Amino acid sequence: MNKYIKIFTDGVINNNPTFVLLLGMCPTLATTTSALNGLGMGLATMFVLIFSNVFISLLKNLIPDGVRIPCYIVLIATFVTVLQMLMQAYVPALYETLGLFIPLIVVNCIILGRAEAFAAKNNPFASFMDGLGTGLGFTLALTLLGFIRELLGKGSVLGHVILPGQTNILVFVLAPGAFITLGLLIAVVNSVRNK
Amino acid sequence: MAYLLIFISAIFVNNIVLSQFLGICPFLGVSKKISTALGMGVAVAFVLVISVIATYTLQHYVLIPLHVEFLQTICFILVIAGLVQMIEIVIKKISPVLYQALGIFLPLITTNCCVLGVSLLVANGTYQAQGAELNLLTGVVYAFATAIGFALALVIFAGIRERLQSVDIPKNMRGMAIALITAGLLAMAFMGFNGVDAGIAALIK
Repeated sequence: MNKYIKIFTDGVINNNPTFVLLLGMCPTLATTTSALNGLGMGLATMFVLIFSNVFISLLKNLIPDGVRIPCYIVLIATFVTVLQMLMQAYVPALYETLGLFIPLIVVNCIILGRAEAFAAKNNPFASFMDGLGTGLGFTLALTLLGFIRELLGKGSVLGHVILPGQTNILVFVLAPGAFITLGLLIAVVNSVRNK
Repeated sequence: MAYLLIFISAIFVNNIVLSQFLGICPFLGVSKKISTALGMGVAVAFVLVISVIATYTLQHYVLIPLHVEFLQTICFILVIAGLVQMIEIVIKKISPVLYQALGIFLPLITTNCCVLGVSLLVANGTYQAQGAELNLLTGVVYAFATAIGFALALVIFAGIRERLQSVDIPKNMRGMAIALITAGLLAMAFMGFNGVDAGIAALIK
């Protein structure tokens, strides 16, 4: 059991996809204008990651080695399509906000990366834990980034305004703010890791 | 005239990397030298235009008539992956020189989200067409302009990063942290173009 807990915590902390592996940068930068959007994007990616990890692990002996990457991509694209339909049905507002970045989960390097590096070599339960951990690490990173940008840019937390309007630094919710906030957060993570 | 506006808007005002956040991976990964950045830019332009033509045709002549629009994501990624492979084989055969220049970048482009992203935008007609009719020609013009914007951002960024190598950066800021902050400053510079497209549109009216 300890092995599985380690796989899980590795995904969240030691191999955090955003701050350590630096994967999946496009949705990280584009959708984190608020904490809720970041959370939504993170959970959407986690959904696809868990399903693709488990199914690739189940099918690893059936998929011929030479065509494994196209097979993985088709599997991932299938779960993304399922996700698109579910989101359109149950959370249409969030689906509209995240827009293009939901279908683009297909080309998110975290998912193909975990499929190739982990799910193709491990059993389904370990792959599930890896998907859960990595997905949670991604979700936490996106929520944190969204929280900071929303607080500095709009003076609000989860949509509730808590700071007076004149202290808002609008650039943080615009494109440059995304790059600068993530750059500074990575520097903070580096300084903690290098200690 | 609308085509000129598409160009200005896609290259400067709504730059694909610095304001739309598509294609960040190659932007951060292949931007250490100007020459490789240029090679990547040309390869993306090539693949982007061809895949927009292919996916637009697929969407409007196969998926919509058969009422299977929900298969869009799966079909598009397969078409793009297949196309990149095919382009690689064709270039290898007809021009070994071009293959040497672009070869290493081509496999990377399959998972470049700006190719799938722009294909989806054009096929769904949700891009900024600046008043031009939404058809294949406008889509191709938009795709080409986007690719030039991508190449421009990549080359400028590579130029800055070449300079950064000779600077003494605090230990924890080295690598990706300083690269992202540099990109942020570049994005801020590109924000200066905001409204230029509307101004030109008003001027030529």
